[in-house]
Amino acid sequence: MSKLLNVSASPHVRSKETTQSIMADVCIAMLPATAFGVFQFGFHALLVLIVTVAACVLSEYVFQKMMKLPLTVSDMSAVVTGMILALNMPANIPLWIPALGGIFAIIVVKQLYGGIGQNFMNPALAGRCFLLISFAGKMSDFAMDGWSGATPLAQLKAGASVDVAAMFIGKIPGTIGEVSVIALLVGGIYLAVKKVISLRIPVTYILTVAVFAFIFGKQDMNYVLAHICGGGLVFGAFFMATDYVTSPITPKGQIVFGVLLGVLTGLFRIFGGSAEGVSYAIIISNLLVPLIERFTLPTAFGKEGKKS
Amino acid sequence: MGLATFKGGVHPYEGKELSENKPTQILMPKGDMVYPMSQHIGAPATPLVKKGDKVLAGQKIGEASGFISANVICSVSGTVKAVEPRRVASGAMVNSVVVENDGEYQRVDGMGTDRDPLKLSKQEIRDIVKEAGIVGLGGAGFPTHVKLTPKDENAIEYVLVNAAECEPYLTSDYRMMLEEPEKLIGGLKVMLQLFEKAKGVIGIENNKPEAIKKIQEMVKDEPRIEVCELQTKYPQGGERSLINAITGRKVNSSMLPADAGCIVDNVDTVIAIYMAVCKTTPLMRRIVTVTGDAIANPQNYNVKIGTNFQELIEAAGGFKSEPEKLIAGGPMMGMALFGLDIPVTKTNSALLCMTKDEVAANEPTPCIRCGKCVSVCPSHIVPVMMMKAALKGDCEKFEKLNGMECVECGSCAFICPAKRPLTQAFKEMRKTVAANRRKKA
Repeated sequence: MSKLLNVSASPHVRSKETTQSIMADVCIAMLPATAFGVFQFGFHALLVLIVTVAACVLSEYVFQKMMKLPLTVSDMSAVVTGMILALNMPANIPLWIPALGGIFAIIVVKQLYGGIGQNFMNPALAGRCFLLISFAGKMSDFAMDGWSGATPLAQLKAGASVDVAAMFIGKIPGTIGEVSVIALLVGGIYLAVKKVISLRIPVTYILTVAVFAFIFGKQDMNYVLAHICGGGLVFGAFFMATDYVTSPITPKGQIVFGVLLGVLTGLFRIFGGSAEGVSYAIIISNLLVPLIERFTLPTAFGKEGKKS
Repeated sequence: MGLATFKGGVHPYEGKELSENKPTQILMPKGDMVYPMSQHIGAPATPLVKKGDKVLAGQKIGEASGFISANVICSVSGTVKAVEPRRVASGAMVNSVVVENDGEYQRVDGMGTDRDPLKLSKQEIRDIVKEAGIVGLGGAGFPTHVKLTPKDENAIEYVLVNAAECEPYLTSDYRMMLEEPEKLIGGLKVMLQLFEKAKGVIGIENNKPEAIKKIQEMVKDEPRIEVCELQTKYPQGGERSLINAITGRKVNSSMLPADAGCIVDNVDTVIAIYMAVCKTTPLMRRIVTVTGDAIANPQNYNVKIGTNFQELIEAAGGFKSEPEKLIAGGPMMGMALFGLDIPVTKTNSALLCMTKDEVAANEPTPCIRCGKCVSVCPSHIVPVMMMKAALKGDCEKFEKLNGMECVECGSCAFICPAKRPLTQAFKEMRKTVAANRRKKA
């Protein structure tokens, strides 16, 4: 043997899954909702998507180059952030707004805190909330050809009744990616089947919202279903609340997190000033993750009912 | 009822198809034999021979130097060439007896004669096992006579045969179950003779249907023995996972299996007990799977302990392509070797030769907190948090997170998408914590 042998500690094999393959799976899972959004809202929606993703990827690349950090653009996490942010935009938004949001998400929320794995809030959502506060009017202008622009949840809050079937398919005004529940579910199921996400967070989140709406809203099936299908709840539950970095890693913690999200979302929607509340519920819950983890550590095998 | 199993675990590529249908071949050594005095957990044995002494096959050449220690038996006849430190698979230099093999295999008097275990007392059986130098052949090398001597033998309700063979690539236990099942069952009966209240259960993963069928057929008239079919999942053959899967009981790091009423031994160990008790043959051989994509003819060998690894490679037709990594044992818990000039010891179940080192091919990247390590951990602890403590060298935090419950199975490092060296860091921390505890005591 001419070559020296490799030596390392066991295990000597590694699974095929990488950070990049997981992020690619998340992108694939968002494709049905993306395609639906572009199909429904038109070419400008596609432009929003391209600009946001480009802003995220470029700002990560430029920041890491400038700071002489190892480049992590190839892990595709910036693409995921860009896609989530873009899908949270109204289709007719001026392009510089999502671009600014992407830069904010990557530089301020992700890179300044140490890059991938270190951010304490979901970068895309923090970016969205930053834009919501800064450009409230443009960010909530969903008026398109043929639609008044009031989202189903806003109509619901005003006391009107809504068409749940249309909401399930996505024939409603809203942000590019949040409207079609069926397209989002296809993506969510893909992620669960590929074991990228566990269903603990999305299921407890959605169930809690349903229960909350039933108790504190109206005891009406149509009303409860509208709360589930509207306001980007399905999008948030499957794609944003399940963000690895900003959700608990402990199984029990994930359930606590899901319930907390549901309660906050319900509070914001039913008792708050705005009709929606998914984004704020998620970023507030993100902040509580370390605390939730601390109190939900699993019991070590064989340590049940015993004091070490 | 579903298959018995535990919570957690991973499914690495099995690789067993390379050697599972290859009947065991006897390998006769040609070169010098090396017998390290420490092939077990516990105090090293004391050499009983010196340079120039004539030795016989079956002769005791190393004497156990304490209760938790084991004898070392010579597997060939010849002349002692040296008693000196030699390199072993772990990389350490261990005091060893080197024997020049005369190729005659002259045995000590009376070896190999039949003996009826029913005529032996319990103490006689334990003494025979101790004298034969038997240790856990699955990898840990815990002296078997110690296992067979629990504080209260009436508290033992299960004698479990670990036939899971969950490590990828390994097929030695499988071959033994197909080729020498009567010895396995004979050995288990001897063990049950020691523990009158116990039931014997042979736990086999369901990726070995032929072995399950064969053993089931053979034990159908044995009232005290049954086969338990296990789900194929790593680390199903870990002692704690196996006990949990079969009995539902849980053993933690501060307990012995006996505390949960269990005695666990793997297939080759039980066969060694049979050979020692019923055939008056001490532990001189073991079954080694020589396999991997770098080996010309993957094979299972019946090898005399002390044989040089190089001879195993030659017997298997040499390398068909250049290996990048050689591993003593399986890919999940085996030890990487930096050379082949080392002897087969009691605990070497395999020699795995890989053309590609997946560890070197995967650069670690930042943790993304996916939590996969948490869901696969068979000890139900939180590797991602333990890693943070390990990187800071924070022993206190590591212990608080139950780091000492880690069994070093490697599942977390295997599954990690960021390819972080979790298990490696935990091994280091566990050693440090254990050393600190000893200092305090």
